[in-house]
Amino acid sequence: MKNFLDRFVPEGFKPFEGSGAYKNKKRKLIKEKATSQGFKTLKSVADMFDKLGISDGMTLSFHHHLRNGDFVLNMVAEEIKRRNLKNIKLAPSSIFPNNKILVELIEKGNVTDIYTDYVNGPVAEAISRGKLKGMCVMHTHGGRPMAIESGDLHIDVAILAVPAVDKCGNGSGVEGSGACGSLGYAESDLKYADKVVFVTDTLIDKAENAQLDGKYVDYVLKVDAIGDPNGIVSGTTKITKDPVGLKIARNTVKLLEEIGLIKDGLSMQTGAGGTSLAVAHYVRSRMIEKGIKGSFASGGITGYFTDMLDEGLLNELYDVQCFDLKAVQSISRNKNHHAISGSRYANAFDDNIVDKLDFVILGATEIDLNFNVNVTTDSHGMLMGGSGGHSDTAHGAKVTVITTNLVKSRLPIIKEKVTTVTTPGEDVDVVVTERGIAINPRRTDLLEKVKNSRLPIVTIEELLETAHSITGLPDKLVLSDKPVGVVVYRDGTVIDTIYKVK
Amino acid sequence: MKRGIAGSLESNDALITVKESDTLNITIKSIVYDFFHEQIEKVIRDTLAELGIKKIDVTCEDKGALDYTIKARLTVAIARMTEEK
Amino acid sequence: MRRSLLFIPGNNPAMLQNSDVFDSDAVIYDLEDAVSVTEKDAARILVSQYLQSRKGEPPMETIVRINAPDTKYFADDIEHIVSDKIDTIMLPKATVESLTLLNKVLTEAEKKKGMKKRINVVPIVELCVSVLQIDDIVKCPRVNGVLLGAEDLSSDLEVVRTKQGNEILYPRMRLAYACAAYKIDAIDTPFTDTNDNEGLKSDCLFAGNLGMNAKAAIHPNQVPVINEVFVPAQKSIEWALRVEEAARQASQKGLGVFSLDGKMVDKPVIQRAENIIKKARKYNLI
Repeated sequence: MKNFLDRFVPEGFKPFEGSGAYKNKKRKLIKEKATSQGFKTLKSVADMFDKLGISDGMTLSFHHHLRNGDFVLNMVAEEIKRRNLKNIKLAPSSIFPNNKILVELIEKGNVTDIYTDYVNGPVAEAISRGKLKGMCVMHTHGGRPMAIESGDLHIDVAILAVPAVDKCGNGSGVEGSGACGSLGYAESDLKYADKVVFVTDTLIDKAENAQLDGKYVDYVLKVDAIGDPNGIVSGTTKITKDPVGLKIARNTVKLLEEIGLIKDGLSMQTGAGGTSLAVAHYVRSRMIEKGIKGSFASGGITGYFTDMLDEGLLNELYDVQCFDLKAVQSISRNKNHHAISGSRYANAFDDNIVDKLDFVILGATEIDLNFNVNVTTDSHGMLMGGSGGHSDTAHGAKVTVITTNLVKSRLPIIKEKVTTVTTPGEDVDVVVTERGIAINPRRTDLLEKVKNSRLPIVTIEELLETAHSITGLPDKLVLSDKPVGVVVYRDGTVIDTIYKVK
Repeated sequence: MKRGIAGSLESNDALITVKESDTLNITIKSIVYDFFHEQIEKVIRDTLAELGIKKIDVTCEDKGALDYTIKARLTVAIARMTEEK
Repeated sequence: MRRSLLFIPGNNPAMLQNSDVFDSDAVIYDLEDAVSVTEKDAARILVSQYLQSRKGEPPMETIVRINAPDTKYFADDIEHIVSDKIDTIMLPKATVESLTLLNKVLTEAEKKKGMKKRINVVPIVELCVSVLQIDDIVKCPRVNGVLLGAEDLSSDLEVVRTKQGNEILYPRMRLAYACAAYKIDAIDTPFTDTNDNEGLKSDCLFAGNLGMNAKAAIHPNQVPVINEVFVPAQKSIEWALRVEEAARQASQKGLGVFSLDGKMVDKPVIQRAENIIKKARKYNLI
């Protein structure tokens, strides 16, 4: 079956019908499962498997707030391996290079299906090579909570790393040696999994403003360490020094200015990449020069945004995940820095934050003549990422700007057709490169606003032509026809298929 | 046997090694092999033809170099080989 | 008329590839100090192949800094680099003698290659003797700007180079006057701390106040700062436009001298206003 974008949809999945199709659907909620009788403690990971009866075919979920420093998913994987359990389904909100132990479990059939929003490193490569018996289902950060709360993604046991747990079982992300700030991606798992285990290395008397409510917790397991603080948050996130990235960032801000988005009350989101941070930096400078104040920033939060909050340039931060130490410190002391759930952040059916964004600055590994964006696979079709909040924010924000180099290592980033569609072109408004800015022809309003500007406005076709004039015409890549995964749009439909690489 | 090397393994560059040979051998390793190996080989063949060289051993380790860089590195590698005593 | 001139190391393909996107008024492809002696041949061929491959008119002036005539690289540099693809040769350690030689060599090369273009020359003043010859250097054929090279100049003078730059006050002033007298660009020495754009800005302002009207950059991130300082400020553009309008009205009435805001306006003032307007138009500020 083909979907709305003429992309193949494997048997058993619903086809994507456009980014606004969810508006005709109703929110589906299974019952929240609160355990009123309090939690029990576990002695070890093995004890957890015994007490909870973790066995073949079960679905286990995790969050990725400890990112590349996480120990908890790996502890569980070791135990699956020791017990040689079969056909386990894993649903971590993301998978990082440090989870490489999963490769072995995938190869031996211990793990057969994966549900995640982002996967990078050896596990991604193993999936791309066709090692997974079942499918890798790639959700968005907003689509995952929707899938969990609706029961589409049923979780037997949520095994959640929690930096500090108090006597009532409440979980906090801001205390303990594994402090990571917001625990937003864990909240749906907490409320809707059949059983919930908190894994922590820090027990405290009382957690102030705990993000995870103890009433949902069945078991608590204390371990020596839930993660390596060095891998959890980076000490500092810095703006790029790359001159091409900075030029793109400067032109992005000039464009935002030209279309009237640098104004009082603005709301914004940028990623933590160097160019995105540079955009935030230049936006901040313009706000100071113009003497304006913004309303909020959202998403993964960095020190750049906490500084803007402290300086009074932003009223509020809606934080689903802290990217650096400064953000973690800020969320524990500043009452206008709110920890929010993944659902509140980006679930299409929730009263979500992304719908209130004026603009979002996003990256791309590929973008095509229809403005479709790929952040899931590289140009060889190899899995190396995933939407995260890409397609959620692109749909929600009034203006979605993609910033990217036109050419990277001889590969044109603009393609006739992207290898994999992550975010549909109907939600992508502007592409800013070092050799010109292309505006989606659907946005006649934006085109009108930049008509008399000195910005280097070109068409996306001209960008492609410029890229080819530099690199030469690349040969067409022929993908295999064996699906290894699907890219699920935020409404649960399949926007594209990921194929085995040759 | 005389040989010449030019270029580097830095991003967007290519390291080209040429050796005297009785036959024409071209070996290409590239980070963009799937997309550009034919184009890289064409540039190498065209450059050799321009220089009137029919028999040589060329190894190109490419890190995403554009055509003019490959041509320049090959030209210099051959000049260095020729100058070698 | 230039504001910023960006140095790009000649043997670096990654930087060559993007050299035309940084909004500098000129790019200087460097075969001299940025290239080690073992790679002079490679850089020369790479820059030459890059320039030959370039399609269409680039958005900036193309300058190549060659090696000085007293080096063994000079002849090969000229042979491979001089073509219709470049606008200007930058000559290091320039003196009246070397500029005279370069002019002769260029004339021959242009004739031999049947070029349509006449190549300009920007000498670098980086020897004490060149500072003393500056009045003659600016008169040399093809010269349409002079770059001050403070690093080499300080070592020739055996003084320490500082961020404040008191040691180069004299050559800056000499150069500014000589260039102004012959209406060519007085190009200031690069600011070497690429992490200090605040320092770069004050250095630009200081040099600008001494009469320098452009500056070389050694990193693309310096270009926006230089471009901003070396254009007329919005206030002076407005002033110049008012002078121009008042001058037009005065000439209709047959007046040579008139007053604006209570100040006398005569020919030199009108000339200055016209220059500001010319520069502002060129850089899209009006």
